[in-house]
Amino acid sequence: MCGIAGLIHRGKAADIGQEMTSMLQALKHRGPDSTGFALYGPPASDRYIMRFKVAEQEDLRKGFDIHHQIRQRKATVDERMAEFDAKIIEEDTATEYAYRYIFSYSGDIRRLIDYIEDIKNVEILSLGRALELIKDLGDADGVSTQYDLRGFKGTHAIGHTRMATESDVDIRSAHPYWAYPFADVSVVHNGQLTNYWMFRRSLERRGHRFMSNCDSELIAVYVADQIERGNDLEGAMRRSIDELDGVFTYLVATSDSLGMAKDVMAAKPMVLYESESLIALASEEVAIRSIFPHEIDTFDPYEGEVRVWQN
Amino acid sequence: MAELNKEHTSHRMGMHTEQLAGRTQQVFFSPSEERNFTYRSGFDVDFNKRAEIDADKMDGKAVNLEIRRLMGEGYGTIVIKNPGAKHSLGVGILNRLQLYFEGSLGYFGVGLIDGPNVRISGRVGWSCAENMMSGTVIIEKNAGSTFGAAIRGGDLVCKGDVGSRTGIDMKGGTIIVGGRTGIFTGFMMQRGRMIILGDAGANLGDSMYDGTIYVGGKIASLGVDAVRGEMTDLDAQWLKRKLAIYGLEAPNGVENMTKIVAGKQLWNYDNLEPTEKKLVL
Repeated sequence: MCGIAGLIHRGKAADIGQEMTSMLQALKHRGPDSTGFALYGPPASDRYIMRFKVAEQEDLRKGFDIHHQIRQRKATVDERMAEFDAKIIEEDTATEYAYRYIFSYSGDIRRLIDYIEDIKNVEILSLGRALELIKDLGDADGVSTQYDLRGFKGTHAIGHTRMATESDVDIRSAHPYWAYPFADVSVVHNGQLTNYWMFRRSLERRGHRFMSNCDSELIAVYVADQIERGNDLEGAMRRSIDELDGVFTYLVATSDSLGMAKDVMAAKPMVLYESESLIALASEEVAIRSIFPHEIDTFDPYEGEVRVWQN
Repeated sequence: MAELNKEHTSHRMGMHTEQLAGRTQQVFFSPSEERNFTYRSGFDVDFNKRAEIDADKMDGKAVNLEIRRLMGEGYGTIVIKNPGAKHSLGVGILNRLQLYFEGSLGYFGVGLIDGPNVRISGRVGWSCAENMMSGTVIIEKNAGSTFGAAIRGGDLVCKGDVGSRTGIDMKGGTIIVGGRTGIFTGFMMQRGRMIILGDAGANLGDSMYDGTIYVGGKIASLGVDAVRGEMTDLDAQWLKRKLAIYGLEAPNGVENMTKIVAGKQLWNYDNLEPTEKKLVL
């Protein structure tokens, strides 16, 4: 089933970590397997923020050597970044297997990403000037506490609660997906794509990488591919309505925008609240209500509808 | 009994692979059998006896149990404050009751009801009033998709816009939409009437078996076997009276509304006579 949510504040930063936690917790019944956040803080032009993992949560229960392997993988990441002259400014870790680096780098970022991900079991969850993508097993309260997200301030965010239907219960298959290699682009999705393999093969031939077998990742890669071809976000999303087959509603966020798209059958839900200062969307109104203490007017976007808002 | 072996156009077109066998015709209800028109578990309520429930800190099940408890104590008017778009509120009420929601409902609100008059000041989520048998439900704002799915009776009114598949599998009653409605409205509609005062999305009335859809605005496209019908004086009279009950008006007058009915060219029409259709539907 899965639940998706998004919000964007216009013209100011707000407590998006707390707001998104509340919204996703209200959607827990739509997907208790994993929860993910894509949070957009104030963008910085002189540094990158990278979130990456070096193991799956479940790996910690496999064998005695995993802790040593994790340390080794992280050390290799550090070595490779140093090799490329990427300077780590700040380093945080919420779990043994997931890290947050702030670093400066002036070279070809795609080459650096590819070099880091060349390390076995290392996956970059997100990279950007503003985006921080956090996902793990469990509900929103649990993940938010684990990664200390409630104090996160920013302008916009998207999030996802996952009920695994087509791939495993692991971080790799959890949403959001970062649209590698484009900085600050992330996607969450509710639905099923029926022409997944056809498009995946086509996109792989064009040099795009897939880290999971989850059909939702295709949307992130598809959007990235469209941007690479010169399409703007809204254009890419409109094209996806025609080209992607199946039932879906998805949200895309960039460093300054939030977009939503709904398939032509309108088979997956989305409720929308729109005001001058805030736009909030979710699979169910109860999620939007969780951040409003008062009555609000909401509505459902229609079939084939694409909307994009800027902060 | 129906002429089950009669050959029809669809047979000649090769659309049939089997002949339907005969079905027994039964009389389900008789005016002399009062027990068939009431529920044994029904409550004797007084509309002048009023109670309020603050649903803010309650889950949906607790709210529904409280409504039931109040009906058991004879309360005939119940006001739910702060429903907070919670799911499945006010479901399964098989009783006379004046029920007011001051706010919005989530999914499956007031489903499986038979008898109550419900007013909702906010919006409703997907599948509102699914399988409603009788009574009235009036929503002041918007509604989500599959609004009034499979309703069999009563009036279901949304004064705002409604999502896709409105009245899917509708088997009776009346659905009124004050604004627009989405794709596949009236999909597999079988009986009853639907009034859309605004625009209707694509594939309107797709695969409808029977029933009538009136549209005041533009129709994006008609679905399979949905065709335009002729508006009659009777249609206009009925529309005027029905809309007046809820304080609604057709933007361009009821005479200018478009009437959509089943073309009845699909294969499943010509094996059964009307009385048998009722048993099947």
